[in-house]
Amino acid sequence: MTRIDGGPESTQVQDQYIETTENSRPVSVLLRELVAHLRDNRTQLREEWARRITEAKLLTAMTKDEIFAEATSVYDNYVEALETGTFEALQAYARNLSERIIPRGVETDEVVGIVLLLRDVLARSLFAKYQTDFTKLNRILDAYEPAANRIANTVAVGFVQERERIIREQQEAIRELSTPVLQVRERLLILPIIGVIDSQRARQLTEQLLRGIRTNRAKVVVIDITGVAAMDATVANHLVQTVEASRLLGATVIVTGLSPEIAQTIVNIGVDLGKMNTVGDLQGGIEQAERLLGYKVVPFVETP
Amino acid sequence: MEVPLLKQGDFLIATIQAALTDADLLHLRKALVQQVVRFRSRGVIVDVTSLDVMDSFASRTLREVAQMIRLRGAETVIVGIQPDVAFAMVQLGLKLEDVTTALDLEEGLAHLSRKSTNGA
Repeated sequence: MTRIDGGPESTQVQDQYIETTENSRPVSVLLRELVAHLRDNRTQLREEWARRITEAKLLTAMTKDEIFAEATSVYDNYVEALETGTFEALQAYARNLSERIIPRGVETDEVVGIVLLLRDVLARSLFAKYQTDFTKLNRILDAYEPAANRIANTVAVGFVQERERIIREQQEAIRELSTPVLQVRERLLILPIIGVIDSQRARQLTEQLLRGIRTNRAKVVVIDITGVAAMDATVANHLVQTVEASRLLGATVIVTGLSPEIAQTIVNIGVDLGKMNTVGDLQGGIEQAERLLGYKVVPFVETP
Repeated sequence: MEVPLLKQGDFLIATIQAALTDADLLHLRKALVQQVVRFRSRGVIVDVTSLDVMDSFASRTLREVAQMIRLRGAETVIVGIQPDVAFAMVQLGLKLEDVTTALDLEEGLAHLSRKSTNGA
């Protein structure tokens, strides 16, 4: 009896109940009444909802006006989904909304929270309207609750899916641009590392470096970790392994840009960096590498 | 499988062609240590380019070869370790410490020639 789509079955149900009493009217009729009520009280309910959102300190990343504008669209979409029983439009809207608000730091609990608030606001207004006729209130709620639950579900799922899509995209992007192995001189490579290194990335880094050493026939490699904020024991060990593996290929590794924090961490962990060649900054590293390779950089003085 | 030893000027070159058994490795070690003095070689190059596995026995034997040859008055360079092999070795803790390594045969020869000109 809680079907809300306009399929053939529900039409049949409708016909069957056409001559019956007020209290056993089919769901679709009740829903229509419900939708009419929500449309009539649109302004008031919308404002009530926006007020509750602010009160509950949800969507703090957005301004009051923005909340009200979004609340209006969500409200209209909500009522439409109730009326038509189709969720595609709402789903599309939820995805679109998520796309806009996720970059601004809106969390899942906030989105679920506001939809549940709307559900609450509307249910309260129904209580207020039908408080004299308890049986009818029950029937209305029978029609309203399943649809409202499904709407909440749709919006939450849409939000989470969008979030996951963004995460996947970002992971992909990071993987792509994470590890350039660059040749700066004949037989000299640099490997600037920026950002967080997890074990998967560390592995990929090592593979790319070793392959780079082979293809470029490198003798010296400068690994610059200025852009690495923190390093744990696993990653430090991996760095040592990379240095040793490079040596097995006949290349010398110079590590540059160890921040004071990382230096401290490494000393505390007790990773053996004794065999590692470290220089303060990238410039110093490249200069040392040039010395190792027998280059000498002489400033070019223009003759007058 | 026997590993051919080639004399090239002052150097002795052993190119490993295929996976070796432990017995082959021991045989190689013995042959190298004998030949290095017979040919009065100043350097030995062991080329492992075609090896796609390096187990603990192989790497320990290569290390021993290097140490023994040093005692016999020459220097050893291991060349041609594949990137994947190198990483696997390091993860297994087979670091070939104190053994000189080079990218390939050419690099190894260049290294040894540099050494012998410096030493001369």
